Amino acid sequence: MVDTRQSSGLKPPKTSVGAIGWAQKNLFDGWFNSVLTILTLVLLWKTVPPFIRWALIDSSWLAAADQCKTADGACWSVITRNFRFIIFGFFPYDQHWRPTIAMVLLVGLLIYSRDRNRWTKALGYAWLVGLVTMGVLMKGGVLGLVPVESTQWGGLPLTFLLAVFGLTAAYPLGVLLALGRQSRLPAVKTLCVVYIELIRGVPLISLLFMSSVVFPLFFPEGVTFNKILRAQIAIILFTAAYIAEVVRGGLQGMNKGQYEAAQSLGLNYYLTMRLIILPQALKIVIPPTVSILISAFKDTSLVVIIALYDVLKTTQTTLSDPQWMGFSAEAYIFLALVYFVCCFAMSSYSRRLERELSFGSH
Amino acid sequence: MTLQTPETSVAAPADDIIISIRNLHKWFGEFHVLQDINLDVHRGERIVICGPSGSGKSTLIRCINRLEEHQRGQIVVDGIELTSDIKNVEKVRAEVGMVFQHFNLFPHLTILENLTLGPIWVRKTPKKQAEEAAMHYLEKVHIAEQAKKFPGQLSGGQQQRVAIARSLCMAPRVMLFDEPTSALDPEMIKEVLDVMIELAREGMTMLVVTHEMGFAKSVAHRVMFMDYGQIVEQNTPEAFFTDPRHERTKLFLSQILH
Repeated sequence: MVDTRQSSGLKPPKTSVGAIGWAQKNLFDGWFNSVLTILTLVLLWKTVPPFIRWALIDSSWLAAADQCKTADGACWSVITRNFRFIIFGFFPYDQHWRPTIAMVLLVGLLIYSRDRNRWTKALGYAWLVGLVTMGVLMKGGVLGLVPVESTQWGGLPLTFLLAVFGLTAAYPLGVLLALGRQSRLPAVKTLCVVYIELIRGVPLISLLFMSSVVFPLFFPEGVTFNKILRAQIAIILFTAAYIAEVVRGGLQGMNKGQYEAAQSLGLNYYLTMRLIILPQALKIVIPPTVSILISAFKDTSLVVIIALYDVLKTTQTTLSDPQWMGFSAEAYIFLALVYFVCCFAMSSYSRRLERELSFGSH
Repeated sequence: MTLQTPETSVAAPADDIIISIRNLHKWFGEFHVLQDINLDVHRGERIVICGPSGSGKSTLIRCINRLEEHQRGQIVVDGIELTSDIKNVEKVRAEVGMVFQHFNLFPHLTILENLTLGPIWVRKTPKKQAEEAAMHYLEKVHIAEQAKKFPGQLSGGQQQRVAIARSLCMAPRVMLFDEPTSALDPEMIKEVLDVMIELAREGMTMLVVTHEMGFAKSVAHRVMFMDYGQIVEQNTPEAFFTDPRHERTKLFLSQILH
């Protein structure tokens, strides 16, 4: 296409472009905005430099606790000196290399799987092998590895375990529940509605309590379920109900014509859903789905109430050591960073996915 | 109803029935949308169905591939009766192509993928072979250069031609058209009608709900007028347009022909 419109030859006025133009338009557009801008600048000047001095300049990174107490700045040694306990919890000290490798494997697989072009059958098998390897590394008992009871698992590996398995299992379950809720079969539909409404009407904490305190009462004495597994199931069931409702929203947003076009080609229900409806409906609901996944990831920290030592609990335990009492600001800032990195990675990946998938529809 | 043989026909209809509809009734709630419809469609026959909106003409052709379920009567397509047996319904749908008013292309798939989806998943055609066939049909509707694009990047007329090609890829025995040009801008109607006329020349069995009377005159064997859920009148295009019998037909024709 050739643009036939003639350029007038006039350039835009100087004040509307460049740094000055930008500042005028965005920062000093009217007296009210100018006051706001100045107030914000003052506030930033009052808070940011002192924080930087505390956190970076006057801080001690490796000093012992008693030296730290006399220093002005942040005492990051509460993290560095207790790093291995915070990250690994009560996992046997000389075996820490095992959860380390497991986590590296997990993060490596996650990063490699970012690109949708790499989603092949081989990658599926790689995940399978990877997950088995991680399980073996954590549990031990074979190949000359010292067995480690799951009661000793803790810290970041536990958080990742609960999150990764929780989210990957909850997502397909949620999709199935959403489809079930739309089913023409009254029994299936009722079952799904009751399930979703029941779970959504209960806080996660009570589900966790039930899974650890109430359920064992139903089993004969001596039969014990792994505590982590019980917490894991509670998280999966809880998250799936929320995902189901979000996916239902996406399904209802679908044009009836898409179903009709698929059916009129002779596609059955399963193929219609898999090839036509779900790819579109799930794409529409990526943003709310990721919100749910992010909050589910953070909610894994609630397992502290059934005495599982996830990374939040190990940090708190460190702080209850008399030697390190009083450094909670540093510890929680570190913890916040850990959670932020994970959540931000999820949300930026979801934006990338949305961008890639939006190519088709303008 | 006896079969009419118009002068314009190239492929004369073979004398066997591909769609047989007997005493068909359908209600939407209390509304009796189809009232005792009887219709036989012969192989190679081309029928244009017209009528005011709400007359049941779209519902009738949507019953033929069971996008709408009828409550009474019998529909037999190519020897298979349409019942609640979903396997039979899917068999019929694979043999009956449908073109919609709003195209209903799959927006998340490329044009080529839109065309090969049915053959690959329903007919189990190997991918390469399905793609070759798809390109053949895209050339036929004069749009092969758009194969790698997505539906959203095409004009309405182009999308409708793709939709026709998508149906053709399934090698259907019958094609149903539900107001295929009603949602198009005026300048795009002709390109779609031209494709449909070409299809008619090749002897495709077609049921077309449309108000394009020029199309009806040039390719239809039979023109049917529907009103209030009934077939009011049907005849050869020549007789239908020059000598309508019923008052309602006359009124309708005077309204759309100006």
